Amino acid sequence: MFRWLQSQLPKIVLAPSFAAVIVFVYGFIGWTAYVSFTRSKLLPRYQFEGLLQYRKLWQMDRWYVALDNLLVFSVLFILFCMVLGLLLAVLLDQRIRVEGALRTIYLYPMALSFIVTGTAWKWLLNPGLGVQKVVRGFGFENFEFDWLVDPEMAIYTIVIAGVWQSSGFVMAMFLAGLRSIDDEIIKAAYIDGASLPRIYFGIIIPSMRPVFLSAFIVLAHLAIKSFDLIIVLTRGGPGYATDMPATFMYAMAFSRGRIGLAAASATIMMVTVIAIVVPYLYSELRNKGND
Amino acid sequence: MTESRFSAAGAAGTRMTFGRWLLFAVLGLFVLVYLMPLYVMVGTSLKDLEEIRSGSMLSWPETLTIAPWIKAWGSACVGIQCEGLKGYFWISVQITVPAVAISTLLGAVNGYVLTKWRFRFDNIIFALMLFGCFIPFQVVLLPMARLLGMLGLSGTISGLVLVHIVYGIGFTTLFFRNFYIGVPNELVKAATIDGAGFLTIFIRIMLPLSIPIIVVTVIWQFTQIWNDFLFGVSFSAGGAQPITVALNNIVNSSTGVKEYNLDMASAIIAGLPTLIVYVFAGRYFVRGLTSGSVKG
Amino acid sequence: MSKDKLKVRKDSTLKQCVLATFVAAALPLSASAGPTAEVLHWWTSGGESKAVKSLMQEFSDNGGTWTDMPVAGGGGDAAMTTLRARVLAGDPPTAVQLKGPSIQEWAEEGALAYLDDVGRDEGWDALLPPQIAKHMKFEGHYVGSPVNVHRVDWIWANPQVLAKAGVSMPSSWDEFNAAAEKLMAAGITPLAHGGQSWQDATVFETVVLGVGGNDFYQQALVDLDPAALNSATMVKVFDQMRKLRGYVDPNFPGRDWNLATAMVMNGEAAFQIMGDWAKGEFAAAGKVAGKDYLCAPTPGHGYLYNVDSFAMFKVKGDDKVAGQKLLAKLIVGENFQKTFNLFKGSIPARIGVPMNEFDYCAHRSAYDMQATMTVGGLLPSYAHGMALRGAQAGAITDVVTNHFNSDMSSADAAKALAKAVAQSM
Repeated sequence: MFRWLQSQLPKIVLAPSFAAVIVFVYGFIGWTAYVSFTRSKLLPRYQFEGLLQYRKLWQMDRWYVALDNLLVFSVLFILFCMVLGLLLAVLLDQRIRVEGALRTIYLYPMALSFIVTGTAWKWLLNPGLGVQKVVRGFGFENFEFDWLVDPEMAIYTIVIAGVWQSSGFVMAMFLAGLRSIDDEIIKAAYIDGASLPRIYFGIIIPSMRPVFLSAFIVLAHLAIKSFDLIIVLTRGGPGYATDMPATFMYAMAFSRGRIGLAAASATIMMVTVIAIVVPYLYSELRNKGND
Repeated sequence: MTESRFSAAGAAGTRMTFGRWLLFAVLGLFVLVYLMPLYVMVGTSLKDLEEIRSGSMLSWPETLTIAPWIKAWGSACVGIQCEGLKGYFWISVQITVPAVAISTLLGAVNGYVLTKWRFRFDNIIFALMLFGCFIPFQVVLLPMARLLGMLGLSGTISGLVLVHIVYGIGFTTLFFRNFYIGVPNELVKAATIDGAGFLTIFIRIMLPLSIPIIVVTVIWQFTQIWNDFLFGVSFSAGGAQPITVALNNIVNSSTGVKEYNLDMASAIIAGLPTLIVYVFAGRYFVRGLTSGSVKG
Repeated sequence: MSKDKLKVRKDSTLKQCVLATFVAAALPLSASAGPTAEVLHWWTSGGESKAVKSLMQEFSDNGGTWTDMPVAGGGGDAAMTTLRARVLAGDPPTAVQLKGPSIQEWAEEGALAYLDDVGRDEGWDALLPPQIAKHMKFEGHYVGSPVNVHRVDWIWANPQVLAKAGVSMPSSWDEFNAAAEKLMAAGITPLAHGGQSWQDATVFETVVLGVGGNDFYQQALVDLDPAALNSATMVKVFDQMRKLRGYVDPNFPGRDWNLATAMVMNGEAAFQIMGDWAKGEFAAAGKVAGKDYLCAPTPGHGYLYNVDSFAMFKVKGDDKVAGQKLLAKLIVGENFQKTFNLFKGSIPARIGVPMNEFDYCAHRSAYDMQATMTVGGLLPSYAHGMALRGAQAGAITDVVTNHFNSDMSSADAAKALAKAVAQSM
């Protein structure tokens, strides 16, 4: 009896965490999905009503704007973070004495919450107070940088602030990946006469595929979750030009008393996440299954 | 790892060639870009309102004053009480410390189980737990509120701690699991042969090896939990609100003169713990990442 | 001997303290001697917080214990999140800053407590204007206490700037446009505006009132009649909005409303269309009504009101229920009505409060309120959550702010307005 308990101990130890995840993640997703099929307004109601919320959702101009913004933001955010992160990692890999200090400087934005830095960025990007004013003060009278307040361009300011915050983390991931590549291969290539760029593009970067995948997952999840960022910088404005599914869902649920609609938008968000994450997890764990 | 990998050309790597100058120039430019917001925040927090209105945001404060900082800490108005941020600091500590400790511990044992005590379906279980990292928090606000109410934990610090633990388990398990995969199974097998049990192996063997990843996990969890606003504002009661909620009240009050210097000082104070953690433990962070935790 | 006794007493006191802290940390405030109230609100800035503090003072003077729960931001957005979470958890705050149709919405869900006994004892039916009392009632029962009456449709102006450009306070929208042209020629921004959706909505509803008239306002923004929403009059309204868009300075997007007020104060701009809380800004800067700034209703013949109030939620615990009743009573009490409104820039909701300490804008407001009350011109503000529920108000604001910030045509905007409202039902 005791032996059996001992042998089951690992599973018993794991069980509470697993149970918690089942309830608090999947249970809640299920709850949200169920509510998306009801007429819930201010508080949840549990009578099944069919697809009416989804129909309403797809008729709203604001939802299309949100989806479009998600696409634009995600692509640019992930792309720039990866490029910048890789660039900085490669540069830092060049044996510099002050590497520690530089790494800290590139990494610290991740430590700050967006309510903290959003205040600073809102100011930096404000045409009347920030960068535009400063550059004009330098004498460039016609310099314009009013993206924050331009409905067409505002989404790009969010990309800027987002990349600023997260590229340091990607850089750290890439740096760790770079450092873990076997030196022998590189030394051999060097001895064979390959130039530095050749070594990087031919050997090092290709062997970092796993890191690219991990970075992509981390960034994709940040992009989908991005909420604080938008709320602080633009509140979804001007108008609703920078709305995203996360802020849309929040507004519908908490300002408009349309919880059913919010649940529908949240369910669509979750479906998108699943569509991206599950294939990756599958490939990951299939390969590592027998480690 | 500080030895240049390109040691065949080692000497060339340290001479100040044009390439080297370019390298430093680019890195330096990025340093400026990354530091600028912090500089603006600190600078603004040390100016008085007149100078903020009339001057440029990049100018070094002429009227160097720490009055905004003193006010932010002790007398800024967060609602009716005008006692600054200091009380909320303590509440955030009460929330963050237990949540970080427990979620890290759970992540460690989970990672240990999932890598050293394999059983059927364990990969699927891990995948299911991992997926918890990706859930946007707005989605779970309402059902969580319901559940906390049923548990009698609504509006309490314990309730918030529970919430943070639950949503931290995904990440902490991921970090530890990926790290422990790199620990040779032979170590565990040898210990079992020597008669050590499940817990003994964990405490005597795994934990001592885990220092780098513990640091990574603690840093990550501390940052996430200390900086959280959404759970803090939804599940706290008056008098038990974390510092992010208080900061929001100071910065987002919609009427009255906007005291930019106070806002910046408050924001920095609220962000100081995580900032300090990063500055001092940052190198362990990269070291921990290098030890195979997240690189895939 | 006595030392031992002392030690024992200290030990048990210590134990009691530890136990109490433990209990207090694990449970919401337990029953104590007097009335208690946990109050959720978003009056967190200097002037407002002083105003609420006066209520807290009165509450504790009457034996109550006030637990403050301030959640700033977005005109109550974050606070509403907190409220929803707390209600779902079965542990609502005692009193919540709620107004207009939200009160009805929450009452429909069965979440509010009735205050009929307080209303009866204090004679609220006689003390509150009927429109305001209606907002506070659900199916005939009192569920909230009104704090004030804000007027939304004001124009604030800088008299020196007006004199310099040779214009005067406009009494019609055409006059406004003419004055604006003159001001632009003189290099002054005609309209100081902050590009946030609620400010766009505020300007919009004053234009609806002025261009369409009182009845049109009622049909379009209160009754949500589709024929009124997508009508020729509405197209004219959007035309005027397009004109106003041309009268604001390029830096307007995202600007906070009080910074726009500052523009009027220092002469950069001539007019601002904003509710009477703007008075607080002028007062804080030491400006005097009539001399340093002028106030007048926006062109039109109505009165758009915004009544702040506290709603009492169904809570468990005698101390909390007692706290609610005490709070409700004090809010409508003459003392609080006077003190709070002097701080806040609005006028008392309660009839008959002596007005000698109020300035001339407040007097004008009170006079107009009486005058419009009887002729159907006293109308609830949609932009400030008095006329419509969140879903519909939000839908309208989406269209308004979209039109203001783009080059959408007026005809398209009117069509979009009707469509958005229909979809939000």
